[in-house]
Amino acid sequence: MAYSNQLLDHYNNPRNVGSLDKMDDQVGTGLVGAPACGDVMKLQIRVNDDGVIEDAKFKTFGCGSAIASSSLATQWLKGKNLSEAENLKNTDIANHLALPPVKIHCSILAEDAIKAAIADYKQKQSQKTTAETPAA
Amino acid sequence: MNNIYTLPTAAPRQRPIYMDYQATTPCDPRVVEAMIPWFTEKFGNPHSRNHEYGWEAEEATLIAREQIAALIGAEAKDIIFTSGATESNNLAIKGVATFYKGKKNHIVTCVTEHKCVLDACRHLEEEGFKVTYLPVMPNGLIDLDLLAQSLTDQTAIVSIMAVNNEIGVIQPLAEIGKLCRERGVFFHTDAAQAAGKIPMDVEAMNIDLLSISGHKIYGPKGIGALYVRRRNPRVRLSAIIHGGGQERGMRSGTLPTPLCVGLGEACRLAKTEMTEENTRLTSYRDLFLSLLSDALTDLHINGDKQSRIPSNLNISFAFVEGESLMMSIKDLAVSSGSACTSASLEPSYVLRALGVEEELAHTSLRIGFGRFTTEEEVRQAAASLIAAVTKLRAMSPLWEMVKEEGIDLRTIQWTGH
Repeated sequence: MAYSNQLLDHYNNPRNVGSLDKMDDQVGTGLVGAPACGDVMKLQIRVNDDGVIEDAKFKTFGCGSAIASSSLATQWLKGKNLSEAENLKNTDIANHLALPPVKIHCSILAEDAIKAAIADYKQKQSQKTTAETPAA
Repeated sequence: MNNIYTLPTAAPRQRPIYMDYQATTPCDPRVVEAMIPWFTEKFGNPHSRNHEYGWEAEEATLIAREQIAALIGAEAKDIIFTSGATESNNLAIKGVATFYKGKKNHIVTCVTEHKCVLDACRHLEEEGFKVTYLPVMPNGLIDLDLLAQSLTDQTAIVSIMAVNNEIGVIQPLAEIGKLCRERGVFFHTDAAQAAGKIPMDVEAMNIDLLSISGHKIYGPKGIGALYVRRRNPRVRLSAIIHGGGQERGMRSGTLPTPLCVGLGEACRLAKTEMTEENTRLTSYRDLFLSLLSDALTDLHINGDKQSRIPSNLNISFAFVEGESLMMSIKDLAVSSGSACTSASLEPSYVLRALGVEEELAHTSLRIGFGRFTTEEEVRQAAASLIAAVTKLRAMSPLWEMVKEEGIDLRTIQWTGH
């Protein structure tokens, strides 16, 4: 299968591979996909007190397109605030990497991973608020 | 351990190391040499009876038949030339089923057969035949008791491949043949991956029909053969291709003399060199495996460990997806065990039939060694694979969960899509 140079660049030199401390309150973790389907993405964001994503990391089990999609996603997430991050679309990823039609699901998975990481972060924040508020 | 290996930087334009000998093989230069005169000065139609051009071409095809027959313990007259193993398999299964249609209507085959066998059987089902698709055991071999139970007085033919193209396991041919002979059922075997690789004897193994492919045994593409037993018992079949009545009426069409000569020479070389070649390939296979297992954990070899040809390995590299692994080993030409490069996202039907878990089936590669493989290539391939697997495991969330966090992946609620 012929892949674009952008895709090959992200596959051969993946950005932001690694893990953040998932117990950290400032870190949101998204884990999407399934081993039996052939792709699993773990995407993590660290959000600072201003609500800006200051770091993003990923680990992906999957094909080259899945790895490139998650690499690109982490690159784009850095420096964005949460509402900007929530607006990242799978089609942007698919277009940038020129994903072939059979690989579009990889970009959808990356969008799911972003949403899952943000949701995890928000849940942690709301739990923290609840925990800090003395029970009535 | 992780730092010893780095990805070898291939020189620009250097072709990848060929390790896909189950897909096809290069034509042996000695085969090409034998073929060349038959394209040019000796161009006659082997079916021309009236002049020297025809006679010499016919004699060449006769010698080729003898060479092919010698490889499988048959006689020259038993050999039918075809365009390849796909045609041979179609002719054997459809031909026998159709010829004996009035008396018998049942076919037995196996779920891990090549697609051309399975599709020919599906076609016959549409025509009203009954087909039993035998499962395989986790080692990829059929259960002989199940085979015995599946045979009825309506069974016309059993078609079981000799060597599997994906996992390299050798089916118990002699036992299958004995059973079929006792029950009066014809035994066809697709020997595309077996002829010239393992000793085959149609008498000792009670094989009634046997398919051969030219390009799997260092011969040319576009030629194959079908052995059809002429006596004890005589096998009859209905032709698929009609015309001038060549090949005892079973396969019309002018014989391609150069291709026939090439297949014959390929069979002759395979017979002469089989023992020596298998010894060499076994040592390469063992070297390759020991290099891999010294550096990597969690490798799974698919298919039986003993009953297999030395030139094939199908390995699951747990926690690393097959297609991305292939992208990381650009200096190697291998085949992905998973069909993930297609839209289906489904792993190989052969591995699934073995009961290989889907997540492992997604991590499989088929590696094939052959006549022109060198020890240096084996070492480079191992180094390249080790580097790629190590790199991809370092970025695999599954590896992290299992190896660093001790999580059982089966306890996770996955969001399949």
